[in-house]
Amino acid sequence: MRERDAGPVALGHAALFAGFFQAGIIGFGGVLPFARRMIVEQRRWMTAAEFNDLFSLCQFMPGANIVNFAFALGARHRGVSGAAAAVAGLLAAPVVIVLGLGVLYGRFGGLAVVRHGLAGLAAAAAGLVVATALKIAVPILQGAARVVVTVLAFGLVIIVHVSLPVTMLLVLPLSVGLAWRA
Amino acid sequence: MAGVKILVQLAALFGKLSLLAVGGVNSTLPAIAREVVDGRHWLTREQFAQLFAIAQSAPGPNMLVVVLIGQRVGGVAGGVVAGLAMILPAGILVVLASGLWDRFRQARWRRVLQAAILPITGGLVLAAAVVLVEAADTAPPLIAVTAAAAALSYWSKFHPLWVLAAGTVVGLLAGL
Repeated sequence: MRERDAGPVALGHAALFAGFFQAGIIGFGGVLPFARRMIVEQRRWMTAAEFNDLFSLCQFMPGANIVNFAFALGARHRGVSGAAAAVAGLLAAPVVIVLGLGVLYGRFGGLAVVRHGLAGLAAAAAGLVVATALKIAVPILQGAARVVVTVLAFGLVIIVHVSLPVTMLLVLPLSVGLAWRA
Repeated sequence: MAGVKILVQLAALFGKLSLLAVGGVNSTLPAIAREVVDGRHWLTREQFAQLFAIAQSAPGPNMLVVVLIGQRVGGVAGGVVAGLAMILPAGILVVLASGLWDRFRQARWRRVLQAAILPITGGLVLAAAVVLVEAADTAPPLIAVTAAAAALSYWSKFHPLWVLAAGTVVGLLAGL
């Protein structure tokens, strides 16, 4: 059964690198939609259901979802070196671009005009995260148990200023217990 | 050339956070800000918000802010080390877990764990939003930009790049 997830033919390293490179370099505002289109519609590496199942693992596990996805898919096809090829493809262009932007920031970030532009950019980026957070949180906030866990995780970080490891240690067992009873 | 000590610090910090990034890297933003701004004073709060915004404006996954922070304190080597530290522990874990995930497709514990992670992710991402808003909104025009960007992104289908570009223009005009 599980061989089928890897598709009829195992993908080569070059194909893994090229596919994820394509998704990474055009992935403005999040790579997921681009990776999904590349994998499910254009290259037909997986069915939509297979994609969703593997992606649900990557969302559940810690780390950047789409990077996790490249690790998992690459490893299924070519083991450790396949995972490396997929992740390298995904990140090669974005990392080079962002390092270039970082150099520019270091050199020109102090100029008044750049500072003003960046302040507006940062304010807009913060707004985008507010919207994303609401899109994630609003559908979740159904049922007292989920509200309690969400508010607790938020409050421990923002109000009580507890570190992330301690927050997880406190909230995860509670959330698992509540989900188990539900 | 970045000191080896800095590279080790970056690897340890982001390696640890990698395994705590439930639901994605954004849930660790409050912890990152706490460590690099309040704890180690590598960046000011405004610089943190700006680096996050620069990473958002580039293509690629949103863990790129980690590369920028690493680069800021340790040059290109620091950026690469920070980025690898943020993806490797989680990536290895996901590869190890992927076989189990298939085998226990129908298992109750899989559904319970998935359900249990969701509200934690929600709370942590809301916390990340608060941290970024506090860091970015240092003047009334910027608060307005954040509010408008949030509303546009929540209720309309504008591409995020347009929202970021508009925010930059407002920032420039407000600075005149």
